[in-house]
Amino acid sequence: MLRTDALQTIYPELEHRIVVTIMGAVAAELYMLGHRPNFFYLEHAMGLASSMGLGIALVMPEHKVIVIDGDGSLLMNLGTLSTMARYKPGNLLHIVFDNESLLSVGGFPTATATGTDLAGVARASGVPSVLEAHTPKSLKASVTEALASNTLTTIISKVEAIGPKSFHMDLPLLENRFQFKRCLEAMQKQVLL
Amino acid sequence: MPVSVTNSKLIYDALKACDVKIISALPETWLVHLIRMADEDPEMTLVRLAKEEEGIGISAGAHLAGVNSALLMQNHGFLAAINAIVSLALLYKIPLLMLISYRGHMGEKDPWQTQGGMVTEPILRALNIPTWHLNNPADVHRRLKDAQTLAHASLHPVAVLLSRELMWED
Repeated sequence: MLRTDALQTIYPELEHRIVVTIMGAVAAELYMLGHRPNFFYLEHAMGLASSMGLGIALVMPEHKVIVIDGDGSLLMNLGTLSTMARYKPGNLLHIVFDNESLLSVGGFPTATATGTDLAGVARASGVPSVLEAHTPKSLKASVTEALASNTLTTIISKVEAIGPKSFHMDLPLLENRFQFKRCLEAMQKQVLL
Repeated sequence: MPVSVTNSKLIYDALKACDVKIISALPETWLVHLIRMADEDPEMTLVRLAKEEEGIGISAGAHLAGVNSALLMQNHGFLAAINAIVSLALLYKIPLLMLISYRGHMGEKDPWQTQGGMVTEPILRALNIPTWHLNNPADVHRRLKDAQTLAHASLHPVAVLLSRELMWED
């Protein structure tokens, strides 16, 4: 499965949710599908997109938060799975695109290329629902199921190690940061009304 | 355990006065009472971490959602979180209120704490992180409030070093 096809298939589910992605190919691909003020692309700090998503999910329990992670980033912060599992926010969905590669820096294989099973790590960490979806159709079904379940879910999706020609996004990172904050605050106010 | 309950309570009350709603923490001896107080407070969300850098992400998320947070960590935890502080908090202009127990400084008996103690302040200076020392109970409320105010005005991390004099009753 190509990650762009996967993202395109689930885009309607992402469109109105709080979305936090990791850096690199996935950020550029989601941006190209159509940027929204409720999308935040963490352009550095590898591993921390899930921690940011957890922070948002804990303080905004009325809203669904979707983190789009990758194998290289998750392997840098495996402890995040145990911390998410400890608090189990039902409004948090953690999607991991596993291309078995550090694609953005030249395609070096990650440990998932040599047998590390992130779904198994997530299960053993105590994440209550761990799904594996390796086709666009099954990913869409898994995302729909997870969002309806109100259960902390990690979805592992194997994708090909192919990224966009350019990672350029016409969105300075601070503009993204301030826009996203304003958007979250507006969403908070809507709940209070 | 001669960790000061009275001064821990002072610090905790000062955090409440700062409208802190979410605290991330990794246990360390001097922080036990503060973590317990956060855990027992139904109005506080306490996030027990596996590693301190996660706390930078959690505070960033809380800030973007408009909620005040604080981080409780030992200075070695601060050292472990440096890349997250640089690559998330400094890069994205995220205010952080970091309460750091200052181990390995004057009076330290544990040899293993001393290297971290000696590099803590030079590294805070290298990162250009404004730093308050909390030594005196009378300063706690004012200094924590002022630290938070500067963090929010500058959109920058600030550090409050919790000293042995404040935290430990020999």
